[in-house]
Amino acid sequence: MAEKLGVYICGGCDIGANLDVDALAQFVAGGKHSAAVTVAKANPVLCSPEGKAEIEADIAAQGLDGVVCCACTPRAKWDVFRFGEKVQVERVSLREHCVWSFQDDPAFPGQMEVIAKDYINMGVSKLTKSRIPAPEITESYKTVLVVGGGYAGLNAALNAASLGYPVVLVEKADTLGGKAATMYKSFPLSGSFGDKTQEIGVKELIAEVQANDKIKVITGTTVESLAGAPAKYKATIGGTVYEIGAVVMATGWVPGKTKFLAPLGYGKVKNVVTSAEFEAMAKNGGIKTAEGKAPTSVAFIVDTSLLMKGVNYDACGAACAAPEDMPCKEDQPAEAADECEVFTYEDKESAKHLAYSSELTSLVALKQANYVRELAPDAMAYVIYDHMMVPGINEKYYQTAQDDPGIMLTKGTVTSVEEAGSEVVIKAKNTLIGDDIAISADLVVVPTAIVPTTAADPTMNFVYRQGPAFPDLDLFDGFADSNYICFPYETRRTGVYAAGCVRQPMGLGLAAEDAAGAALKAIQCIESANRGVSVHPRSGDLSFPEFNFMRCTQCKRCTEECPFGALDDDEKGTPMPNPTRCRRCGTCMGACPERVISFANYGIDQIGSAIKEVKVPDTLDAGGPRVIILACENDAYPALDMAAMRGRSWSPYVRFLSVRCLGSVNAIWVADAMSKGVDGLLMLGCKYGDDYQCHFVKGSELCNRRKENIAESLGRLGVEPERVEQYEVSIDMYDKVPDMIDDFVSNIVNNFGPNPFKGY
Amino acid sequence: MSNNSILVVGGGFAGITAALEAAEVGYEVYIVETNPYLGGRVAQLNQYFPKLCPPSCGLEIQFQRIKNNPKVKVLTMASVASVSGSAGDYDVKITQRPRYVNERCTACGDCETAAVTTVDSEFDFGVGKRKTAYKTHPFMFPMRYVVDADNASDSELAAIKDACKYDAVDLDDKARSIDLKVGTIVVATGWKPYDIAKLTNLGGGKVPNVVTNMQFERLAAPNGPTGGKILRPSDGTEPKRIAFVQCAGSRDQNHLNYCSYICCMASLKHVRYIRERGDANVTVYYIDLRTPGRYDKFKVMTEADDKLTLVKGKVAAIVDDGFGNPVVTVENAITGIKSDEKYDMVVLATGMEPSIAGLKVPAGAVDADGFVIDGDGIIAAGCAKQPFDVMKTAQSGTAAAMKAIKTVVGR
Repeated sequence: MAEKLGVYICGGCDIGANLDVDALAQFVAGGKHSAAVTVAKANPVLCSPEGKAEIEADIAAQGLDGVVCCACTPRAKWDVFRFGEKVQVERVSLREHCVWSFQDDPAFPGQMEVIAKDYINMGVSKLTKSRIPAPEITESYKTVLVVGGGYAGLNAALNAASLGYPVVLVEKADTLGGKAATMYKSFPLSGSFGDKTQEIGVKELIAEVQANDKIKVITGTTVESLAGAPAKYKATIGGTVYEIGAVVMATGWVPGKTKFLAPLGYGKVKNVVTSAEFEAMAKNGGIKTAEGKAPTSVAFIVDTSLLMKGVNYDACGAACAAPEDMPCKEDQPAEAADECEVFTYEDKESAKHLAYSSELTSLVALKQANYVRELAPDAMAYVIYDHMMVPGINEKYYQTAQDDPGIMLTKGTVTSVEEAGSEVVIKAKNTLIGDDIAISADLVVVPTAIVPTTAADPTMNFVYRQGPAFPDLDLFDGFADSNYICFPYETRRTGVYAAGCVRQPMGLGLAAEDAAGAALKAIQCIESANRGVSVHPRSGDLSFPEFNFMRCTQCKRCTEECPFGALDDDEKGTPMPNPTRCRRCGTCMGACPERVISFANYGIDQIGSAIKEVKVPDTLDAGGPRVIILACENDAYPALDMAAMRGRSWSPYVRFLSVRCLGSVNAIWVADAMSKGVDGLLMLGCKYGDDYQCHFVKGSELCNRRKENIAESLGRLGVEPERVEQYEVSIDMYDKVPDMIDDFVSNIVNNFGPNPFKGY
Repeated sequence: MSNNSILVVGGGFAGITAALEAAEVGYEVYIVETNPYLGGRVAQLNQYFPKLCPPSCGLEIQFQRIKNNPKVKVLTMASVASVSGSAGDYDVKITQRPRYVNERCTACGDCETAAVTTVDSEFDFGVGKRKTAYKTHPFMFPMRYVVDADNASDSELAAIKDACKYDAVDLDDKARSIDLKVGTIVVATGWKPYDIAKLTNLGGGKVPNVVTNMQFERLAAPNGPTGGKILRPSDGTEPKRIAFVQCAGSRDQNHLNYCSYICCMASLKHVRYIRERGDANVTVYYIDLRTPGRYDKFKVMTEADDKLTLVKGKVAAIVDDGFGNPVVTVENAITGIKSDEKYDMVVLATGMEPSIAGLKVPAGAVDADGFVIDGDGIIAAGCAKQPFDVMKTAQSGTAAAMKAIKTVVGR
């Protein structure tokens, strides 16, 4: 706990022009926290070199262990207000939260000083209840486990090994190479993107892996289980246990089920084959019809509209249904609770996988048209597409095909594929060469969907309280992909990074890039664990939730709600923390009804005490209402900063507290606020649902669910549930959030009046 | 600074990603960025497809990571002057332009109030104005003002300096040269919108109310010149009929001989922007709608809009009707019918050209299109390497960090 505090009130940026900063310094020195306050001073410009020097001198002379800088938002001058590892810093945002956003209320003049005093007290109180985190650093395993010995896996293994890390490479098949080894050739992996084909070089890649003494190759087996946590994993592979630091999951894909291809004649017309089957023909000695003849024409169907009929993307897909990782209802009998923990894995494959594969469908058709030109030079190749899906640099590959007189490309919507004698007739409409056309071909090739291995199988077999699979696989129909546009490797299982087609359909060139990226993320995870710090998004955070197990009632909420599955439990249900899985969001802290979970520098008591520092007038007539706003530090809080910087203002009766994530909001804070007579409590957090923006995936959604329970409890006490609300605020809503705040406050005041507990 | 340090040229999304992913493994990284801020093109976007989420959300996390990691050093308004040496041992000279505002700046904005001259805002691609003392956008990082001394008179500069209570305006600031020793160089110099002056058949930037897709982003952005309202630049009215012309410069051997990857999804996203704000009729003229992979869902859901018409057809010309309304000449590729269509506003889905096109590559070599080629110790990342969307840019940036570390590991 910080015990010798320096509290500094900045007079710059309109603060000094609007507030008596010297009086505020005296207020702190002589106030309720005076025992902890060693120094309290005003400074005209605290962030100036002179201001900083003054603080540093006081730290040296007085041995301060905490500094409260009452100036601007913590998002500004972050590089100035830092005083080494031994001095904790708390920032009080007088500029943004008090002065710049101030809205006068003629009914109660002088509110700015009231706001400032509340925030200063809150800041001092927070720091007196904060400790410097002391991470527990234990020895970490450095080995990178690469699951899958295909093109992505081989590249991942070589990348990790090249940085000096031992690698265990596991391949299910008896030989390495995966799908790449079954391909005849590839469209360009890199360099000349107009080349007709390039050699994949998978044999050379395999040889390189086998010759690398840092890589241990295990074939013919799978990962039976992955237990433990990043830097401390125990992976059971073929009955042997390996000590593993982090994992690259490159388990690849399987060809989609052919039943989805029936509308294009597959299974009924004998000379309709899949592109996977055609690839095998090319690889194994030539292109032949079912009759064993060399074809004179081969048609490639890229247009999948016939196959996509009935595929329905609703605004809210399967992922919107009740999440799989929510706790069982408390009032269920014990046997039902057991039942809801039984793990079942549903096959996630559907015709949608053809859409996911669309980028490769066009490229593969063009590549295989080139095979026709190479292996059956007298034959004609047709490609029928709806949209030639060759984005970016792959346009050059399309240009090459366009320049080949033996390849005929046309836009068209395929309406039927029928057998006609020894040929297959494809009918299409809306083509560039006529409204209704028929193309006869000896052989018709229909697309193969890329279906990730994780669509049908948990694959990693995590020995985690929350089950053996990645929890969010429904979002992308089984692909182990990230929902973050900015952070493609972030999933809900720290330490396991997907690469290649198990993440997204991609060509071999991009798979090699993906493997490099995923291998780096795995190494980064090992090194972060080794330093006792968190990985993304709170990279470098040393804090970790601490549990007071004495008071734990084994309710399991924390173990069930952790978005990252960081907590296992023992047979009694007592949580077993895994620090290296943890992302430090505090969702466990928010979940705990017994309030036994806290961080050294972010705790239940700390925030609860800060809320209690808000001075609440005994009646609305004695000084207006009070509203507490808990704002997500990643999005809502910056939006508030921007609103203030852009000259927006809001009710002088609100008090903000930033939280790591709304998931960390504990119901006791609401109770603390309400019992103190606060009239309303507003939570501002990220968007949730399918397109969630919450950086901790589930935090804002969980908070919203808990809010329902809180409202119910409040209702039982005679407090209207409308006094507690949660709004979704994205970081760019700075022009909207002031009105949201004012509307909330006026709704409370006008429609509900004072909190019935006020004055008790 | 040592020879296992990494230089990242370009502080856009690829560069920031490469820098952070390497720094969080433990390597020292320098980001050299020519703009006064980090974030590159994505900072100028209103929202990302397909989630329609704000880029500042991810950037905020990236900036937090930078703030918390002393291994990342950022130089803004800086560019690479020269590179010598070889993989594992490069000597790099950086030139940093004067900002005329020092670290005392509190971003209080008094200098901006004191400035009187306004010029076209580069950040807004000319559809907005800025003053001669300015911050580019609300989420500017580093959050420090810039004084544009070239466009301000001496007396205005003096007034700007006087307005600052913190002694942060330094009119004697000079260009400075910084020497770095690094082991490897990531070139993440990004892209710029293709110059529409070269697209003479599409009006060459001279037809009123024809804007580029990036200008359209600025119009839709809450921090943009119209506060997020989509209005015609000529008269500030709300357009009721809007056309999108895809492949404006892209897939054209006379201009950009490749597909720019993002424009189809960007235009469909723009249809969403329009629909969120009103009921304007929209037509999109395209060659192919390239919405690969998981973007199919976005396309299908956007197509359901009954005021949206998708036409496969290449636009031959755009002219003004004399009243500020662009007239589009187009041939429908399916029906073969050629027609002239009048719109209130036309958006050119302008392609992506490497930022360094026509300039000296900071290090390494470029291909015929101006994209950077990986070399020994030189690593291309993001749209400097290939046209990418943001997801693939982040992927590329992470891979570049791995390649950079491979170059310097053990040194």
